Amino acid sequence: MALKEQFEIPGGLKKWSYALMGVGALTLILGIVFLHPFSGGHGEAHGAEAYGATKFWMALMHNSIFWLLVVASSFFFICATTLAQGGWPLAFRRVPEAISGGMNVLGPVALVVLLAYVWISDDHHIYHWKDAAHLDEKLKAKSGFLNPTFYTVLSVTAVGLWMWFRNWFRKNSLAEDLAGKGDTSFYWKSLAIAAAFLVTYGLTVLSTLPWMWLMSIDAHWYSTMYSWYTFASSWVAGISLMMLFVVYLKNIGYLEFVNDEHIHDIGKFMFAFSIFWTYLWFSQFMLIWYSNQPEETEYFIDRVGIPGQPGPFKAIFILNLLINFLAPLLILMKRGSKRNYTIVTLMAVVIIFGHWLDFYQMVTPGPLQELGQESNSISHFLYSLGIGAGFLGLVIFLTARYLAKAPLLAKNHPLVKESVIHHT
Amino acid sequence: MSVKKFVVGCFDDEKTLFPAVKNTRKAGYKIHDVYTPFPIHGLDHAMGLRDTSLHTAGFIYGMTGTTTALTFMSWVFTKDWPLNIGGKPNLPLPAFIPIVFELTVLCAAVGMVLTFCYLCQLAPFVRRDHFHLRATDDLFVMPIEITEKTNAEEVKAFFKSAGAVEVFEKSAETGWWLGRYDSTKKAFEKEEEIVTA
Repeated sequence: MALKEQFEIPGGLKKWSYALMGVGALTLILGIVFLHPFSGGHGEAHGAEAYGATKFWMALMHNSIFWLLVVASSFFFICATTLAQGGWPLAFRRVPEAISGGMNVLGPVALVVLLAYVWISDDHHIYHWKDAAHLDEKLKAKSGFLNPTFYTVLSVTAVGLWMWFRNWFRKNSLAEDLAGKGDTSFYWKSLAIAAAFLVTYGLTVLSTLPWMWLMSIDAHWYSTMYSWYTFASSWVAGISLMMLFVVYLKNIGYLEFVNDEHIHDIGKFMFAFSIFWTYLWFSQFMLIWYSNQPEETEYFIDRVGIPGQPGPFKAIFILNLLINFLAPLLILMKRGSKRNYTIVTLMAVVIIFGHWLDFYQMVTPGPLQELGQESNSISHFLYSLGIGAGFLGLVIFLTARYLAKAPLLAKNHPLVKESVIHHT
Repeated sequence: MSVKKFVVGCFDDEKTLFPAVKNTRKAGYKIHDVYTPFPIHGLDHAMGLRDTSLHTAGFIYGMTGTTTALTFMSWVFTKDWPLNIGGKPNLPLPAFIPIVFELTVLCAAVGMVLTFCYLCQLAPFVRRDHFHLRATDDLFVMPIEITEKTNAEEVKAFFKSAGAVEVFEKSAETGWWLGRYDSTKKAFEKEEEIVTA
């Protein structure tokens, strides 16, 4: 029996990714034409001119950060399982390897967006701290961390290191394919790369970077749970994206060593980390709700509002909990549903959308609140969705490209057999 | 409970045990149980055991804990003894959630452990026959029940062909009885006919 291990990009997938990227590009061009991203924002002028730029940059930042963290988290998955010497993902490990390849494009894209906002755009509603002339006392105290130079240095270093580690790992993994069977030097090297990457990831995504990229949007507010919360969100979305690609490849006849057991285990990850995300979400919410300090509750008032005066994001806030907690909890709890291709596909789509929505409500409410209630509109949501479609198309396109570049099974890896006979 | 007759096959390797279990089922013999020194992945599947309903029981215990915690705290803080704590409402759901969660976990965990012990008939001083002492050490032991339809000699021959290192006939109590492993010798005193393969 010949192994179908060299992926060829089907025409349908290509067409879809081009269509989605087309939607994204169109949205982007419309934004550049109508939202005037490089002017306005200064002064106290309100109206379409004043907050157009803010909306444009918010949509771009929301999507570029979200999709970058999602593809990065699939490399985190590889490293975590490699370092734990887990053999079971080997049957499909080329899939997260390909997804994380998207970092090579999404990383620079995110950096361009973030640095263009910080250095070129005149708008300062998203990052108050970038306007050094108008800092209040609190932001002055934070200015050692929150300033454009340090922002640039940290962002570039972090994204550069992720890409470097990912490409190094991939090179090692591909070299292993060509080496003889039984050569374990590649395996030990991959452990070392994984360990080094996890330290880098811990110091960036798990701590400093979400403070800088996202929490500083509400610059006066702070939460110690925030980075973990952001990480959990991107991580569970990353697992779901991996599930989508695995199910897709399986359905068109690839990945023949992947069976119900592997799908079940990825499903367990989706289930478990949805709960983990909820745990962090709730811990952040409850502590702030309980202690009731004005400087902390501000964040939630911007989103849900106060009793009798619901905030503009209340619906999204509640929907977020329903589809990111209740739906995975109830639907993925049963063993059978984690082994059902239709249900896991549906849930993966729901979870990715849910966490995209979660990032939306991390980024958007702060600046919109400041721009006034009239600025909050369904149109901004749709605009963000359009840009998001573009990024999704890009992720699909890049993943398909990287999948087609190498065989779908890392056949010389010492743990491959463990994955083939995997049993939950 | 009752004393039944068994033919016991002992294997010294997982690799011979698995095909033996499959062939036993194919031959139509009734596997009483398989005793192994450590848990073996996939053995339950090979033996054709159905999934236990332990997880359903766990869900029910969990829900019991959830409802107990929610109803009790709601009753205390709204009806029995309302307290104003930091200006929070009398029914502060976020503050209840950790306690609700803890009680859910507690009820589910304790309930499932007890149910598990009940299903396996594990309890202090409850004894069962394990067919072979080395089943707790380095031997995989599979007893087959001898009914009027099965021929003991045929089963013995079958075991030997399947790669058993030791085959013997044994009459054993299938239920449990009270006693202590360290003070009684009842289990080890039975007549055993040992045939070495």
